[in-house]
Amino acid sequence: MSDLSLTINGIEVAAREGMTILEAAQSSGIYVPTLCHCPGLTPEGACRICLVKIEKKKKLHPACRTPVEAGMVVITDDAEIEQVRRVTLELILSDHDFNCLLCRKSGTCRLQDLVNRIGFDEHRLDRLDRVAKDLPVDTSNPFFDFNPNKCVQCGICIRTCREIVGVDAIDMAYRGYEIKVSTFGDKPFKESVCVSCGECVERCPVAALIPKKIEYPTREVKTICAYCGVGCGLRLGVRGNTIIGARGDRDNPVNKGELCVRGRFGYKFIHSPDRLTSPIVRAYDPLERQAHGIDETGESSKPVTSPLVKQEGDFVEVTWEQAIKYVASSLDHFKGDQFAAMSSAKCTNEENYLFQKFVRTVMGTNNIDHCARL
Amino acid sequence: MPEDRSKKILSVFEEKKGALIPMLQRVQEEFGYLPEEALAQIAWFLKIPLSQVFSVATFYAHFYLTRRGDHLVRICQGTACHVRGARDILETAQHLLGIKTGQTTEDYKYSLERVACVGSCAMAPVIMIDNAVHPKVSPLDLKFKLMDELIAEHGDKPNKGK
Amino acid sequence: MTAAKKKDAFRGIRSFEDLKRLKESVLAQEKADSKTLIVCCGTGCLASGGDKVRQSFIDEVRRQGPEENIVVRKTGCRGFCERGPIVVVSPENILYQGVSKEDTPEIVSETILKGELVDRLIFEDETTGDKCVHEADIPFYKKQARRVLRNCGHIDPTSIEAYIGVGGYGALAIALSKMNPEEVIACVKESGLRGRGGAGFPTGRKWESSRNAPGEEKYIIANGDEGDPGAFMDRSIMEGDPHSVLEGMIIAGYAVGAQKGFIYVRAEYPLAVRHLHTAIAQASDLGLLGQNIMGSGFDFEIEIVRGAGAFVCGESTALVLSIEGKRGFPKPLPRPNTSIVGLWDMPTVLNNVETFACVPAIISNGAEWFASMGTEKSKGTKVLALTGNVKNTGLVEVPMGTTLREIIFDIGGGIRGNKEFKAVQTGGPSGGCIPEDLLDLPVDYESLARVGSIMGSGGMLVMGENTCMVNMARYFLDFAQNESCGQCTLCKLGTRQMYHILSDITSGKGRPDDVEVLLELAAAVRAGSICGLGQTVPNPVISTIRYFREEYEEHIHEHRCRALVCRSLVSYRIKEHRCKACMLCLKGCPVGAIIGAKWQVHEIDQTKCIKCGACVEVCPPRFDAVECLTGKANEG
Repeated sequence: MSDLSLTINGIEVAAREGMTILEAAQSSGIYVPTLCHCPGLTPEGACRICLVKIEKKKKLHPACRTPVEAGMVVITDDAEIEQVRRVTLELILSDHDFNCLLCRKSGTCRLQDLVNRIGFDEHRLDRLDRVAKDLPVDTSNPFFDFNPNKCVQCGICIRTCREIVGVDAIDMAYRGYEIKVSTFGDKPFKESVCVSCGECVERCPVAALIPKKIEYPTREVKTICAYCGVGCGLRLGVRGNTIIGARGDRDNPVNKGELCVRGRFGYKFIHSPDRLTSPIVRAYDPLERQAHGIDETGESSKPVTSPLVKQEGDFVEVTWEQAIKYVASSLDHFKGDQFAAMSSAKCTNEENYLFQKFVRTVMGTNNIDHCARL
Repeated sequence: MPEDRSKKILSVFEEKKGALIPMLQRVQEEFGYLPEEALAQIAWFLKIPLSQVFSVATFYAHFYLTRRGDHLVRICQGTACHVRGARDILETAQHLLGIKTGQTTEDYKYSLERVACVGSCAMAPVIMIDNAVHPKVSPLDLKFKLMDELIAEHGDKPNKGK
Repeated sequence: MTAAKKKDAFRGIRSFEDLKRLKESVLAQEKADSKTLIVCCGTGCLASGGDKVRQSFIDEVRRQGPEENIVVRKTGCRGFCERGPIVVVSPENILYQGVSKEDTPEIVSETILKGELVDRLIFEDETTGDKCVHEADIPFYKKQARRVLRNCGHIDPTSIEAYIGVGGYGALAIALSKMNPEEVIACVKESGLRGRGGAGFPTGRKWESSRNAPGEEKYIIANGDEGDPGAFMDRSIMEGDPHSVLEGMIIAGYAVGAQKGFIYVRAEYPLAVRHLHTAIAQASDLGLLGQNIMGSGFDFEIEIVRGAGAFVCGESTALVLSIEGKRGFPKPLPRPNTSIVGLWDMPTVLNNVETFACVPAIISNGAEWFASMGTEKSKGTKVLALTGNVKNTGLVEVPMGTTLREIIFDIGGGIRGNKEFKAVQTGGPSGGCIPEDLLDLPVDYESLARVGSIMGSGGMLVMGENTCMVNMARYFLDFAQNESCGQCTLCKLGTRQMYHILSDITSGKGRPDDVEVLLELAAAVRAGSICGLGQTVPNPVISTIRYFREEYEEHIHEHRCRALVCRSLVSYRIKEHRCKACMLCLKGCPVGAIIGAKWQVHEIDQTKCIKCGACVEVCPPRFDAVECLTGKANEG
C-alpha cells in the first residue's frame, strides 16, 4: 500500500494504492453521490449515479469501482456529469412509488437524499411516463416487508446475501424493465431459503426491504447479544424503558455491525409477560424432597407451600440459593460415567470452560458435549 | 417419472464447466418448459444457489417457466419485416388465435410469440410456425391460407378466448 | 469417444500431403460429373420451397436421365433471396430464379439433356429488359466482390470434401507448415482486417494482445449471436460455408496459442447449428480438429454453444458470461479487455464469424491481396444484408468504400414500386438513418460513424417514402427496451421512456418540446450506459431527429404522418361515389371491420379497423375506392 496522489476537481488528493476514486474523494471530504454502492460489498457500478470524468479516457467511469492511479485527473462534477446524473435520477423517480410522506423510510432514504443533493428538472420529470408498477408487496416474512414497487434495483441486498451472509436467497430475475429482486420461483420470502437475518433490510437504501415496524429510539444502549456465545455487539434502541429496536454495533470487532435474525429481530421477549425473572423449580412431592435431602424446615425463605405430585407439578419461583442447592443435592447422587452433561451455545467461552472443568474434575467423567455439535 | 427423466439429462453434464445454460436447454427440450422441480435439481447438481438458477432461467427469452402450446406461432418483428408490415401480421394473428402475444390458447394447442428476427429478412415479412419459415406473408395470407393449413395439418381449430 | 471411433478418426488427414491428395481426388470426381444442378437451400430459398425443388430434381433426374453423371447439389445462401429459389446449372452456369417444383421436369429435359434454356425462369433486368443468363450478368451480382461468401451458394455446406475441393483447409496447412504463430499474426495485421462484428477493432492487434497475455489456457470464441434485426450475414456464412469459420478459428488458435474454441450461435438459427455440428464432426473425423492436426503437433477443438435468446449477449463481456452459464450482464468499466481477461478469466479472442471466415483467404492469398480492396483504413470487403423497401433484397458483398448509392441502386435495383428513396439505416438498432443527400457516402467504418451511424454487423435497411421515420425510431426503441438487460438505470429506464415519448408522438399525443426531451434523454443514455448496447441505442433517435426533424414536427403539431404509417394519425375511408360494392374488401378485411353487402356501398367501422391497409390492397385499381387520410384531412 503505497501512497500516491491524484487530482480531483483541481485539488490534489492523497490516496493509497488500491483505493477507488470514491474512497479517495470521500477521504478528502469531496462528495460523490452514490446509490448502488455499499461499503464492504463488491462495487457494481450499475446505478450510474457516481459517474465521473477521467482525463484521457473517453467514457465516464463509475467512481465506486475505478481504482486510483498516480497522477490521475478526475472531475466529479461538471455540467455534463450533472446532466447525466439528473436524467438518471429522474428515470429512477419515474419508476419509483414515491409517496414519501407516508413512507417508513422517509428521512433516512438515500433516494430522497440524492434528490435533495442532485436535483431534477421538473418539466422533464413531468414528461416521463410514471405509471407505477403495481407489483404485490410481500409481507410473508414476520420481520420485514418487501415492496418491489419501491425497489431501485441497486442489487445491494443480493450482494449482501451472497457476500456477507452466504445464503443466496435472492438474485436478480427477469430482465430489462421487468428486472426484479426475486427468490427462487419468485415466491414469498417466507417460502424461500431466506434466514431472515435482515442484513439486506439494514442496507436497503430505500423502502423496498423494510422492517415491519420502524420506531426511532430516544437513546441507544450498547450491549452484547445474549443469544449465543459469539458475543455480537448490539445497540439496543430504547424509548422510555422499552426496547424498540436493535442494530449491530459497527465498532464491535466480533460482528462489525452484522447480526443474525435473533439479535436483530428477537428482542421482543424482553418485555414479554411470560419471561422468567427468577429461578423456578418444579414443585415436587415430599418423598422426592426427602430423597434430595432438602430439609423442609431449613432456611429457605420461600418454601414450597404445599406438597404436590410431579404430574401436576407447577413451576415455583425460588431464590438462587434454593435453586443451586436443589441442583447440588440432585448431583450428589451421581458420580463418574453415570453422569453426562450438555453445554449451551448461549454460554460464553469462559462459562463453557468452567462447566467442562466442573464435569471432569467434580463429577469425574468426560461425558461432556455441546449443543453446537448436534 | 419426470425426476428420473431430468436426472438422466443432467448426468451428461458431469464435470462440465459452464453447463447451466445447456442444461436448461436440454431440460426444456424434454419437457417443453422448465418445471420448478427440474430447476431445483439443476441447482443441486451444479451446487449453485437456487436463486441463481432462477435468475438465469428468467434472463434468457427462450426459457419458459410455464407450459406452452403444442404449436408455436412466431411472428417476426425484425426491422425488415417491420417496414413491410409485420405489425399488421401480428395483430391479425392475435385476432385469429384469440390470444395476445406471449399467451397460449386455453387448450394448449397454440402459443403466439413475437420474435426479434429470424434472419430471413430478404423474404420479409415472415412468420414461423414451429420450425418452418413462411415467407412474404400478408394479413390476407394469414387469414385465408396459413391458418387453414395450420388447422388442416394439426386438425384443431384454435380455441378462442382466454 | 470410444476407442474404436478414436482409431477410426486417424484414417483421416495425417499430413499436409494427405490434404493435397484428398483435394485432388475430389476435383477428379467433380470433373467426371458432367452436369451439376446447384439448388440454393439457404434459409431464404428454403422458405420459398428450395428443398422441395431439390427433392423434385433428384426424382426427375432419376426418372429422365443418366443419373450417375448428374449431381444435384444443395448449397448455402447465394444471396439473391428475393428471387429464390435459385437454381444454377453447371458447368454452363445458367441461373434460374423463382424456380418451383413444377419447373423441374422442364429444366431437366430441356437444359440438362438438350442444352436449351428455359426462358421464363431467366432473370430479366427490369430497367433495360435484358435477359441475364449467367449470374455474372445480373446487376445484383455485377458490383459485388464475393470473397467471404466465396463458397456460399457454390459448395455443399454439409460436405467437407466439397470444401477441401475448393482449397479448403489449405490455409490451415500453410499456417501450420510454413508459418510460426507470430508470422500468422503479422500477416493478419498487415492485411488490415478489422472486426466484422461492428466496432471494427483491428483483428491482428486483438490476437497479438491475447498471445502476449499470460494465461494457462486461452480460448477462441466465434460470435455468431447475430442479434441485430434485419441482419443475416453470419447466418448465411454459418449455414453456407461452416468450414471456413472453423478453419479461421483453428488458425486463430494456432496464432494465439489456444486449444479450445467456442462458436456461440443464436438459437433462432437451427440450420446453422446443424451445419456447424456436421462440419465439426467431419473435421474431427478427418483429424482437422482434435489432436496433432495434420501431424503438426498442434491440438484444437471446437464446441458449439447455443444462445438462449438475449440480444445483449452479442456484447463481448456478456457473451463470455453467457458461456460461463450466467446472466448476460455486460461488465461495467473499468474492466480488462476480453482478449486479456476473458472466458474463465483467461485470454480470449472473440471475433465475429465473418471475421474468422476472412482469415483463411488472407492466409492463402496473402495480406496484400486482402488489402488491395477497400479504403485506406477499412480493408477488404463487407457482407451486407440488404433489406427493406429495395427491389433486390438479399446478401451482398462489396469492397469497403463502395457508395451507398451503388449498393442501393445498382445492386439493390432501387426502391420497390418505384417509390422515392427516403433513408437507409445501417448497423441495426445501434445504427443510424442516413438521408438521401448522403447517398454518395462510401461504406466504411469511419465514414458511417461520421454521419452518426455505424457499420455494425452489416444490416442495411432501405426505406422508401412509405416509411415513417418517427415510427422507425419508435420501432428501434421498442426493440432496445425489450432487449435491455436491465442492469444499468439509464438503458433500462431511458430506452423505455424514449419509447414512451415516441409512442405518444406517433399516436398524436406528442407535446411541443418532445424532441428536446428526447435529445436530452438520448444524450444521457449514450453517455452513461454501461455497455455498447446502451451507448448506441439512442442512435436511431438522434439520427432521425438530425435528418428528419420535420417529420417529428408534423406528427406533433399537425398530427400528420406523411408516410401514412402511424395508425392513430391515419384512417381508411371508402369513397362512396367510387365503391362498386364488390365485397372484395369486405371479405379481405382480417378483422371484419367493413360493413356492407352486395349492392350496398361499403363502409369501414373505424372502431374495429386495425388500419392494416388490406382493403387498399384488394380494392381493384380501376375502382380506387379506398383512401387513406392523415393530418387535417383525417381530422377535419
